[in-house]
Amino acid sequence: MNLYDTLFWFLSAVSVGCALGVILSRNPVNSVLFLVLTFVSISGHYILMNAQFLFIVNLIVYTGAIMVLFLFVIMLMNLNADVEPQKGQLVQLAGVVSGGVLFLVLLAAVKTASPVPIDKASIDIGLITNLGKVLFKDFVLPFEISSVLFLSAMIGAVVIGKKEESTPLPSGE
Amino acid sequence: MLLLQIDTALIIEKVLLISVILMGSLGIAMYATWGERKVAAIMQDRIGPNRAGPMGLLQPLADGLKLFFKEEIIPDKSTRFIFILGPCLAMLTALLTSAVVPWAPDYVTSTGHVVAFQVADINVGILFVFGVVSLGVYGVMLGGWASNNKFSLLSSIRAASQAISYELAMGLSMIALIMMTGSLSLRDIVAQQHGFWDAGYFTWNIFKQPLGFIIFLTCSFAELNRAPFDLPECESELNMGYHQEYSSMKLGFYLFAEYINLFISSAIIITLFFGGYNFPFMDKIAEAANPLVFSIICMLVFITKVVGMILFFMFVRWTLPRFRYDQLMKLGWRTLIPLALGNMLVTGVLILWVFNK
Repeated sequence: MNLYDTLFWFLSAVSVGCALGVILSRNPVNSVLFLVLTFVSISGHYILMNAQFLFIVNLIVYTGAIMVLFLFVIMLMNLNADVEPQKGQLVQLAGVVSGGVLFLVLLAAVKTASPVPIDKASIDIGLITNLGKVLFKDFVLPFEISSVLFLSAMIGAVVIGKKEESTPLPSGE
Repeated sequence: MLLLQIDTALIIEKVLLISVILMGSLGIAMYATWGERKVAAIMQDRIGPNRAGPMGLLQPLADGLKLFFKEEIIPDKSTRFIFILGPCLAMLTALLTSAVVPWAPDYVTSTGHVVAFQVADINVGILFVFGVVSLGVYGVMLGGWASNNKFSLLSSIRAASQAISYELAMGLSMIALIMMTGSLSLRDIVAQQHGFWDAGYFTWNIFKQPLGFIIFLTCSFAELNRAPFDLPECESELNMGYHQEYSSMKLGFYLFAEYINLFISSAIIITLFFGGYNFPFMDKIAEAANPLVFSIICMLVFITKVVGMILFFMFVRWTLPRFRYDQLMKLGWRTLIPLALGNMLVTGVLILWVFNK
């Protein structure tokens, strides 16, 4: 087993282990920390594929921004095992069934998948120059449309988050 | 795999370089604490540390020793593991960034072997810096939350929201710079700023992106939690801030990580905007001097610039009063981000229509 395989199996074990930790730990803060570790190990996989840009963007966007916001909300709500909201039996059952169905679909997809040999010529495809050329030449329209989508989501968040000036304050007397 | 073939000489070289850089950053951070006190003393017409050694030069050692020997207290109500993890993460992320800084030009030995004075030249160097900076907020957040103290929690939430808000403007101001350099690798960016004057204009990026520099500098003050943006440890409102419950060397790690961050971000600012190790008339010296001596001169020039930048950070800290929290947010979201966007637009137009790249 060469260095590449060792790293691959190590990172895979860490990602799967941490992903299990996310759903198994009782404390929400621990779950978030496990999720952060999962993202970091997935970023490690990108490095193994020589996709440095994806590695760093995954790190910045998921661990640096989104998970910080998760942590933020959990800290503010002060969730812990004692006050964890308990769902009814029916909801739990529905969750198990839908999750199981999704798992079945994924399993079926993996079962029929055939391994694609790594194309040695395209090993630099993940580097930022190549990625930029592909995004802005071949896929420029979907790329721009998705950016408009993000912009509209951002504006929507601002509109929802904005205080309504006109509502009168409830009188405290 | 092709990319994992590494020879032994390279490993030894890199291990040596990493140890020197780590020791160097720790040493400079140590003396930055001394420098900070001296600067504060001079600006407030006092004498400053003068007991331990000549001019108080042994003061950082005395402080470190004191922190090591202090009693270690972990609060009963804290989340023990995360409480210990906090300062470790702060220290880790503070030291990680130094990996991509080019400290001096390559030294080519007589046998043709190239020694690079940079730990890793990854082609997304700037983004790596951003990635590590965005992870840096975890140390503060986790430490503040795990302390189970309301002041610590408030302070860590302030720190996180401040960091996230200013990262945006920082990133946008960087995009304009990247558009001019056409590369994300810090090594290329420094190489493009060779010398000082070329083809009728300055080579350093500060003269090409003055507004970008001002935005970047303001954001680094906020990212470093330094005055005038030191809201997370604002004594008059939050006692000591997120490290309220910490004692002994764990407190020391937090304080120390801040000074390492100060050093590394000064190094990044110098690399991006002030030409890194480049200086005027460097070609003439390169001709006259031995290549190794030249590399060392370049490194000394770089360190001198960095020390100058650190001093600037200190002067500002002891000159300006602290912002209010709403003023801080307003400055970040309503002033810096639109300015950075405008700067980006103007840069794009100039590149396309004037320089026709």
